[in-house]
Amino acid sequence: MKPHTVYIDGLALWAPTLPDWAAARAAMRGETHERPAAGGGPAPPAATVCRPAPAMLAANERRRAPDSVVLALEVAAAAVADSCHDGSTLASVFTSAHGDLPIIDALCTALARAPLLLSPTRFHHSVHNAASGYWAIGSACHAASTALAAFDHSFAAGLLEAACLCAADGEPVLLVGYDTAATGGLASVNRSRGLLGVALVLSPRPGPRSRWRLDWQTQAGKAAAPLLRSPAARAMAANAMADALPLAQALANDSATALALPLSPALHLALALWPHAAATHPPAAA
Amino acid sequence: MTPACIEPVTVLAQGLVCAAGVGVAALSRRLRAGRSSLERNDFTHVPLDTWIGRVAGIESSSLPEALAAWDCRATRLTWMGLQADGFMAAARTALQRHGAARVGLVLGTSASTIGASEQAYRELDAQGRFPAALRSERLNTPHALALFVQEALGLQGPCVTVSTACSSSAKAFAVAERWLRLDMADAVVVSGVDALCDSVLFGFHALGLLSPAPCRPFGAGRSGISIGEAAGFALLERGAGALQLVGYGESNDAHHMSSPHPQGLGAERALDDALARAGISARDIDYLNLHGTASMRNDEVEAALVAQRYGPLVHASATKGVTGHTMGAAGIVEALACLQALADGWLPGSVNAAPLDPALGQAFALRLRSDSLQRRARLAASHSFGFGGNNCVLVFARGARR
Repeated sequence: MKPHTVYIDGLALWAPTLPDWAAARAAMRGETHERPAAGGGPAPPAATVCRPAPAMLAANERRRAPDSVVLALEVAAAAVADSCHDGSTLASVFTSAHGDLPIIDALCTALARAPLLLSPTRFHHSVHNAASGYWAIGSACHAASTALAAFDHSFAAGLLEAACLCAADGEPVLLVGYDTAATGGLASVNRSRGLLGVALVLSPRPGPRSRWRLDWQTQAGKAAAPLLRSPAARAMAANAMADALPLAQALANDSATALALPLSPALHLALALWPHAAATHPPAAA
Repeated sequence: MTPACIEPVTVLAQGLVCAAGVGVAALSRRLRAGRSSLERNDFTHVPLDTWIGRVAGIESSSLPEALAAWDCRATRLTWMGLQADGFMAAARTALQRHGAARVGLVLGTSASTIGASEQAYRELDAQGRFPAALRSERLNTPHALALFVQEALGLQGPCVTVSTACSSSAKAFAVAERWLRLDMADAVVVSGVDALCDSVLFGFHALGLLSPAPCRPFGAGRSGISIGEAAGFALLERGAGALQLVGYGESNDAHHMSSPHPQGLGAERALDDALARAGISARDIDYLNLHGTASMRNDEVEAALVAQRYGPLVHASATKGVTGHTMGAAGIVEALACLQALADGWLPGSVNAAPLDPALGQAFALRLRSDSLQRRARLAASHSFGFGGNNCVLVFARGARR
């Protein structure tokens, strides 16, 4: 099978200590820790923000919206702004291993106690496509939008779907991956901790904002998840969207890379990534 | 941009279990006879005055020992669906033909196994942890049913869960078509499963959308939806065949999380894209399976779209009066109803619709059929317009080869 090609026109990442791509990139390159603080003293500790406050939601909605929605909208808007594509025309793929874990915890708690008193808002926040729906409303976008899950391989499965949409329809696609922290009873079965959101705008054609070329294909065979080399990336690995981190790390490093992202125990997504403007030769095969 | 025409994809095998019974023929029989399968709610732990489409025999069924760790209502329902209509045997033949790595799985579900998590929350231990029997991360997650089917069938190709509420398993067909077109797989198992659970029943109750009587899609004085459960399967491969997927369209309303766009903007866009991919016009459609949930607003918006776009000879019907609204499974249940109509030449009627709501207009009344009818049909469409404004329209065709 011949590899397909997409271009990365926009990207974003949000984690509590890394609230945008510039911060995440610097941290994953090891620059944050090495850079001396102004005046020669020790570097100040990174500020921790509980959750993002996406500008596309009105203040009251921002307060009420669940973690998954604010997280997804924050990175979606940042990646689209970075790409210079018009968000109101982009098809989108929202992927999340578990959806909104605090909302599911609250929903199951309410159902166990007093199901007739369940709040309608809590119910509509619990659907897996809540973030996709809010994004469509907030960006006034009528294009196709989907919501996926694939357990430990949710980012890779979302990337496959977004890349397939690009190849099948010849249109740019917004990919948003996000997961939340398990709370309450769910925390006894679910390992996801912290918040992590990642978004990419993929285009089937190179454009003025294309900074990476990404060749991709599915390949049979087991692939081990790539090792996370930076402490910053490892610090986010407890979140269920962690399978996005090897690609984020590669993008932060600015160098041509071959990556194999597992899609299942017997299949992986083989990626060849290189800076679009700089390199003319593909990196060694995965 | 208008999408380009696609090559047809063959539907080689099907499997279905819903409130009408086991097998696609059980649903066809009910539709032909115009008999509902809905019954008064006896499912919820706290009484709730509504009607449900409940699958008989789930409680007394069991999973094979090798899959016992997956035991819950939704996986048992899934297992019943796999056994129905010889689907499992057909899927295994495809695995032998293409190799496990070349057979993909796309499963649409809204609630997945959340019924298991609900039970765990009723039985939390003194430390607030899940009871030992349910303490599994893989069981309590949206992808659980896909992992279960992947393991049950031994599939090793691409595998993903689509969870876009009521359009989930309709969109699963679109994902499968792209995988086949782009050579990600040589065959794809498309599935839709949702089991009855408290979240959905009490959730729709909280939204004020549940009917206290059997649902009456497009009926005068309709009072909301009836929730049902179902597991449906279809095996897709490239190329023409007796029964084919020929088009799909996906869109978003971008209007509201739980009520439709008043002018049906998103729904019409999904329809336009499905027709463009199929290379046909709405007037070519012989049979239309409506979304028809029996909610006041949804039915109004859909009726206006049908009156405006479909031809006067179209045989349109809503089948949720038989099955209930099977949530994420509704897309595939209604796709299978379309395929059955194309295969056997019996076009289903709208059970529980009469007398029709006069406010929906004469043009719609002309197109909506209460009774089933024996008539050969070549093209069928299915509407799925979901929660979160997520829409999908599928178009199926009877092929030359039988």
